[in-house]
Formats: sequence, C-alpha cells, structure tokens
Amino acid sequence: MGIYEILFWLLTIMAISSALGVILSRNPISSVLFLIVTFFSISGHYILLNAQFLAVVNVIVYAGAIMVLFLFVIMLMNLNADVEPQKGRLLQLAGVIAGGILFLVVLAALKSATVLPLEKASSDIGLIKNLGRTLFTQFVLPFEVSSVLFLSAMIGAIVIGKKEDTNTIPLKGK
Amino acid sequence: MLLLGIDIAFLIEKVILISVILMGSLGIAMYSTWAERKVAAVMQDRIGPARAGWFGLLQPLADGIKLFMKEEIIPDRSTRFLFIMGPCLAMLTACMTSAVVPWGPDYVTASGHVISLQVADINIGILFVFGVVSLGVYGVMLGGWASNNKFSLLSSIRAASQAISYELAMGISLIALLMMTGSLSLREIVAQQHGFWDGHWFTWYFFKQPLGFLIFLVCAFAELNRAPFDLPECDSELNMGYHQEYSSMKLGFYLFSEYINMFISSAIIATLFWGGYNFPFMDKVAAGVHPLLFTLICVMALMTKIVCLILFFMFVRWTLPRFRYDQLMNLGWKGLIPLALINMLITAIAILWIFKS
Repeated sequence: MGIYEILFWLLTIMAISSALGVILSRNPISSVLFLIVTFFSISGHYILLNAQFLAVVNVIVYAGAIMVLFLFVIMLMNLNADVEPQKGRLLQLAGVIAGGILFLVVLAALKSATVLPLEKASSDIGLIKNLGRTLFTQFVLPFEVSSVLFLSAMIGAIVIGKKEDTNTIPLKGK
Repeated sequence: MLLLGIDIAFLIEKVILISVILMGSLGIAMYSTWAERKVAAVMQDRIGPARAGWFGLLQPLADGIKLFMKEEIIPDRSTRFLFIMGPCLAMLTACMTSAVVPWGPDYVTASGHVISLQVADINIGILFVFGVVSLGVYGVMLGGWASNNKFSLLSSIRAASQAISYELAMGISLIALLMMTGSLSLREIVAQQHGFWDGHWFTWYFFKQPLGFLIFLVCAFAELNRAPFDLPECDSELNMGYHQEYSSMKLGFYLFSEYINMFISSAIIATLFWGGYNFPFMDKVAAGVHPLLFTLICVMALMTKIVCLILFFMFVRWTLPRFRYDQLMNLGWKGLIPLALINMLITAIAILWIFKS
C-alpha cells in the first residue's frame, strides 16, 4: 500500500465514523463537533483528488464559518442531552421502516445503472486558475445567477431582521 | 532510501525545518511576554520585570515554571473532554500557520541540492492561512462553553462573532492584493517583491496597497483579540473572559497561543505587504557574500520586520483604550467592509487602466 491508499482509507474511516457520530450522539454540541470532523475528512479527500482550492474553501466556509454559527446558536439555546425530546417506540419503528424502504429503492435504482470506468484527472485540474477560468468562461451564467440568489437571500435576512426591530420592541421612555 | 514512496532525506530535512520553526516561534512568543511587560513598564514609567536574571530576562522561564507548578483544576460541572480540548485547539491552530510562510530564499548547497526554507509551498498559501485562522475561534468557543460559566460563555460568543465579522473585511482587503499578485502562493508573492525599487516604483506591496494594508492590520488586531479589540477577555465586564475557569498550564496555553498568533500574523503581514525576506540592495549583497550567509541575512531581515510589527502591536495595546462592543461591530460592518470593497474597486480600475495604456 502506498501513502495514497493509506491516507484514503484513514480519511474514509474518519469520515464515515464521524458522520455516524453526528446522528448517533445525544448531545447537540458533540453532533456539531462530529460534523466538523466530517468536513475535515472530506476536505482531505478533496486534497487527494488534487482539488486543493475546493478543500480549503470547504474548511473556511463550512468548518470555519457555518459551523461556528451552528455552535453559536446551540450554545445560546443551551441545548443538552437531557433537554432533547425522546422519541416513542412507535415513531422509531416507523423511522426504521421508512429508511429501509428508501434504502431498498436506492439499491434497486443503482443495480440497473451502468457504472462508467473512472478517468484519471490531470494533476492541475483543481487548481484555482483552472477553476476560475472555467467558472468565468464556460459556466459564467449559472455562476452569476447563483450570486444573485445569494444576494437575494442576504437582503431577505436583513429585511426579516429589520422588521423585528422597528415593530415589536417598544421604545423606552417615550 | 524510500519510506512509503517518499525520500527519507527529504522527510528528515522537513522534520528539522519544522522543529526549528516551532522552537523559534515558541521562543519568540516566550520573549514577547517579557517584551510586552517591558513595553508596558516604559509606557507607564515603571521598571517592569527586573528580578529574574539580567533585565528580567529569565522572567518568561520563571512564569512558565510557575504555571506548570500550579494546581490543575477542572470544574466539577464542566464538559471535561471539551474543557481540555479548548486550549489544545488554540495552541494547535496557532502553530499550524507557520507551515506556509517562506522564511528565507532557497539555499543551494555546493553539490546542487536545493534546501527550501518553507515547510510547504502549496499554491493556495493564503487560503490555507485563512482556513487555519477561521478554525482558531474553536479553541476559544469550546473552552468558553465547556467551562460552564456565564462569563466564559458570553466571552466565547463575543470572540466568535468578532472573528467572523472581521474575517470578511480581511478577506476582501486581501482580494485587492491578490488581484495585483495574480497568485495565492506566499512564495510567489514574496518573489514578486524582490529587492526594494524596480526602477519605476517600490516593489513591496505596502506601497501599492496602502489602504489594503491598513484594513488588513486592523482586522489582524481584531482576529488576535488584542487591545483595542480585546473584548473577549475584557476584564471590567467579563472578569477574565473565556479562560476564567482555567488554571495551570491550560491557562498558560491560552495566554501563550495569543503571543504565537501575534508572531505568526506579524510574519504574514511582513510577507504580504513588507516584502518578506527581501531587503534593499539585496542583489549587491548576494553577489558579495557566501550564499549561506546571504540566506541568513535574508532570514534576519524578515525577523527584523516581524519584531518591529510585534512591537507595534504592543505600543497600540498600551496606547489605545478598548472599543465598546457596538463600536467594534459598527467599525467592522459599516466601516471596514465598505472601505475594503472600495479599495477592491479602485484596484480593479487601476489594473484595467494600466493594462490598457
């Protein structure tokens, strides 16, 4: 086994076990921490695939910003293992059956699919220069449209935040 | 000799380099604590540490021993694992950034073997720094939350919101710089700042991006949680902040990681804006001295810049009063981010104009 295979298996085991940790742990804080570990191992996979830019952006955006906000909210709400509502037996059984059926459907769909052999990508395909060139030439329209989408989401968030401020909080002393 | 497909000589070279850099940053951080006290003493017309050793030079050692000897207390109602992990993460993220800083030019031995003074030349160097910086906040957040103390929790939430707000302005101010460099690799950026004067204009990016430098510097202060932005540990409101429940060396790790961060961010600022290891008339010096000596002179030039920046961080801490929390947020969101956007626009127009003519 070369270093590539060893790293691949290490990262795979890390990703799957921490992803299981996210759904299995009772404490929301440890769920979030497991999710961060999952993001890290996925970033490791990106690096193995020569997509360094994607790997680092994944760490900056997901592990560095979004997960901090998740942690933030959970800490402020003070959620703990003992606060989490326990599901009834019937609900758990229903969940298992629904999940099992979904798994069956996916399995059946994948069975008939033809799997193409993997192509070895060139070593600089994920570099930021190539990525930027592709985004701004071949995919410029989807790229710009998605940026408008982000802008509208931002404005929406600001509008919701503003409304609360002016209408519901009474001014003191007036 | 190969180990898993990697040359063992290469591995040994890198391990030595990493150890030297780690030891160096720990040593400089150690003496930063001493320098900070001396600077504070000079500013306040005192003598400062003077008992341990000559000029109090053994003071950091004495402090270290004191912290190791103290009783280690883990609060009863804390989340034990995260409580221990907090300072470890803070220390780990503080030490990680040094991997991409080019500490000096390549040294070519007589036999033609090239020794690079950079641990890893990855082509996304700056983004790596950003990634590590954005993770730095976890140490504070986890430690503050796991302590199960209201003051710690408030402080860690402050730290997180401050870090996220100022990362944005920092990133936008860097985009303007990156438009000029056209590369994300720190090695490449330093190579572009070769010498001091290229015949038309200064090569150092400070002279091409003064506004970007200013924004980056202010954001660096905020990211470091240093005065005037030291709200996470502001003693008049939060007692001691996120490390309230910590004692012994775990407290030491938190305090120490701040100084390592200061050293590393000074190194990054020096690399990005002040020419890294370049210095005026370096070509003439390179022609006159032995290559090994030249490499050492380059490293010393970078170190001089770093020390000047660290001293600047200290002068500011003991000169300016602390911001109020709303002032901090206003400065970040309404001051620095629009300014950084304007800077980006000006840079883009300037680049287009220069390319056209």
